[in-house]
Amino acid sequence: MHPILKLIAQRLALGLLLLFAASILIFVGTSILPGDVAQSILGQSATPEALANLRRELGMNDPAMTRYFAWLGGVLQGDLGTALTNGRDIAESLGGRLKNTLFLAFWAAAISVPLAIFLGLLAVRYKDRWPDKLISAITLTTISIPEFMIGYVLIYWVAIKWRLFPSVAIINDSMTLGAKLNAIAIPVMVLTLVVLAHMMRMTRAAILNVMQSAYIETAELKGLSVFNVIAKHAFPNAVSPIVNVVMLNLAYLVVGVVVIEVVFVYPGMGQFLVDAVTKRDVPVVLACGVIFAAIYIGLNMLADIISILANPRLRHPK
Amino acid sequence: MIKNIPLSALIGLMITGVYFFVAIFAGFVAPYGMAEIVGDVWEPASAEHLLGTDNIGRDLLTRMIYGGQTTIFIATAGTILSFVTGSTLGFLAAVLGGWADQLLSRLVDLLMAIPSLILALVILAMVPVTVPVLILVMGLLDATRVFRLARSVAVDINVMEYVEAASLRGEGRLWVIFREILPNALSPLVAELGLRFIFMVLFISTLSFLGLGVQPPLADWGGIVKENKDGIIYGIGAALYPAIAIATLAISVNLVADWVLNRTTSLKGGRG
Repeated sequence: MHPILKLIAQRLALGLLLLFAASILIFVGTSILPGDVAQSILGQSATPEALANLRRELGMNDPAMTRYFAWLGGVLQGDLGTALTNGRDIAESLGGRLKNTLFLAFWAAAISVPLAIFLGLLAVRYKDRWPDKLISAITLTTISIPEFMIGYVLIYWVAIKWRLFPSVAIINDSMTLGAKLNAIAIPVMVLTLVVLAHMMRMTRAAILNVMQSAYIETAELKGLSVFNVIAKHAFPNAVSPIVNVVMLNLAYLVVGVVVIEVVFVYPGMGQFLVDAVTKRDVPVVLACGVIFAAIYIGLNMLADIISILANPRLRHPK
Repeated sequence: MIKNIPLSALIGLMITGVYFFVAIFAGFVAPYGMAEIVGDVWEPASAEHLLGTDNIGRDLLTRMIYGGQTTIFIATAGTILSFVTGSTLGFLAAVLGGWADQLLSRLVDLLMAIPSLILALVILAMVPVTVPVLILVMGLLDATRVFRLARSVAVDINVMEYVEAASLRGEGRLWVIFREILPNALSPLVAELGLRFIFMVLFISTLSFLGLGVQPPLADWGGIVKENKDGIIYGIGAALYPAIAIATLAISVNLVADWVLNRTTSLKGGRG
């Protein structure tokens, strides 16, 4: 087999194994920790008989192993169980929300990725001069503030003082794309600011790392302009680390979305998860936790695979 | 010694020091009681209330000071827990090697494969949310990162001649860990300490904001945002003060950490 295919197959297998282990970890976390689901549904005044009945109904008397495989079997067939609080099918309520979350994350990524690479290049081009220092100072500030606080700062200025965009991001299927984009303008700005800082700093570091190589010095000595050196020699060699950076930050974005959705009352998965945690709705927490973990692990795996593909040494086996 | 500290690190040290001082002596510094209602809802800043009042008429400056105390206390305790467990296990993994190292490293890989906020939410859905539980959850989740750093540094040190000399003259593993590896691994760990502390501050603020962290009437910076967020729509900036507090604290700790990191790298002749 071609060594690249073999490496990719290895990564895929590793990712699946990790996902499997993660689902066990999350499941075990929700079943062995102290805290009785039946008790929290029925409240403190429940009679012992009612508690025993509900436990039997929820299958909590079975050994954890049996419950795990029953649950995993359901998940693989797209059945995530029913929510405890309202008895609705979780997969049904999650579908639309997952779409909304990905919609938000997609636009944040579409804006932040090109911007981060451009700013990273700019910072390298003007290293140690004022554009570099300005970009560094701004990104350091945005890294130092929690996402939700950036959210409120932007709501305060952009939505309330300047009245440019709405302060809550409520969207539904009947809205046009333009109306949706208008609604999610501020959350997208917040997410962009948050990942932009990390991404830009890591891009800058990756390119600077390449810039110290001997072939860059050769290119400089040939008399190429600084921009040509960066665009033709440094950038192609920095692609693999940059792709890694982008993927890691997209994974980070998926988590950042949780908090941002709560700030902007956005009907996505993050808010669903936080609500479920507050109400101690274990099946929903389990489902959301596993989906978030799967997206996170998937993006990290993709980062690995892309950096394998971007490495020319692996493409031409001896 | 003092002369060699660059200005940025000095400023960072001073601001960090002020924050810790105010946090420790909150009871003496704060003008009013923590949960004392002293005025109207969202009064503007005045001579009596330097930052105005909050959503139920408590003095906002007092809330910020006590909030800083809670936030900084939880973050410090969490950081200590994460460093003690993370570095002990990391050193152990490096010294023992073999299956113990494999087991610990793979477990950490697994824990780091799930975003810590999601894992924390899953755990907090099951257990009652109290301050010790929060410290435990955040400290142990963060210990994974310290473990990786401590292990990678210790693996490098473990092959040095002086470690070999120590084991040849019959010293035990504990001696090797505490007398040979720890002193040499301290500098990179100290630099990491600042970053972990900031991460803890951000983490606890986020959890409190989501309503899953510090519970009222106890004040903390994330909770102050949650309590006062409705005022923003009326143009009242009470919820924005914690952002300023966290940002200044984070930046000043970062300045100090940068300086420590630079010192370490120059000591080791350019090696990170």
